[in-house]
Amino acid sequence: MTVGLTHFLFIGAVLFSLGLLAVMTRRNAVGILMGVELMLNASNINFVAFSRYVEHSINGQIMSAFVIVLAAAEAAVALAIVLALFRNFGTPNADTVQSLKR
Amino acid sequence: MTADLIFYALALLTLLPAFWVVLSPNIVHAGFALLFTLFGAAGLYAWMGADFIAITQLMVYVGGVLVLILFTVMMTRVPQSGRKLHGFDGLVPPAVIGLAILAVLWKVITGTQWASQGLGEVQPTTAEIGVNFMTNYIFPFEFVSLVLLAAMIGAAILIRERKQGDDESANEDTEVSS
Repeated sequence: MTVGLTHFLFIGAVLFSLGLLAVMTRRNAVGILMGVELMLNASNINFVAFSRYVEHSINGQIMSAFVIVLAAAEAAVALAIVLALFRNFGTPNADTVQSLKR
Repeated sequence: MTADLIFYALALLTLLPAFWVVLSPNIVHAGFALLFTLFGAAGLYAWMGADFIAITQLMVYVGGVLVLILFTVMMTRVPQSGRKLHGFDGLVPPAVIGLAILAVLWKVITGTQWASQGLGEVQPTTAEIGVNFMTNYIFPFEFVSLVLLAAMIGAAILIRERKQGDDESANEDTEVSS
């Protein structure tokens, strides 16, 4: 079977599901961030695949460049939050930080 | 034929470490598995002829984001910081949700008649992307640079050292249960 658009869409779907699974199961906040990165990569693969297979234009690739930039900004802020969390609470786990709760 | 084999190798390089990112109990191993996944994705972009995106992926993700993630992992290391697994109880509901979403996506992907015209002619994309950034996409381009600046300043403010006495009251009622 020759490689076509659906192969890339399938890779994107599997990556997205795995990222969602990481977000739902990880307790470590950095692990959750890794899951988000997986999902963003899945969307990027889909953008580039559609840009190359369906539209034959550059627009999808430009969109995925924007996604990469926003992912970098998001990672910087999220990791700063994790470090601040670790300094104040002594743990990087997202579920132990609940001082607002009680 | 060779191209197909390269594609399948890249797909395996992308997907197999992704499973390890999710399932590894050791967060450092997950980070290094993410390295291979990002490499595989860059290879897939290159396979499709999106050379600029492939190089950007390598430089921004592998060179920047991943290094940041690994730094943070190593700076926030506490013993037993992995997932708490009571048997498989904690893993079953997320796995069911993940598989359900995968099934829906699979149904959509296989059930749709895509208007695929095959892989277009492969040519360098960098010049075209640069021209588009400066013409059609000038507003999003400038906006995204503003977002990057804001994120940089925000990150610097978030992790700056607090003065003495600032966080004493915050530390009193925190509970560390690790």
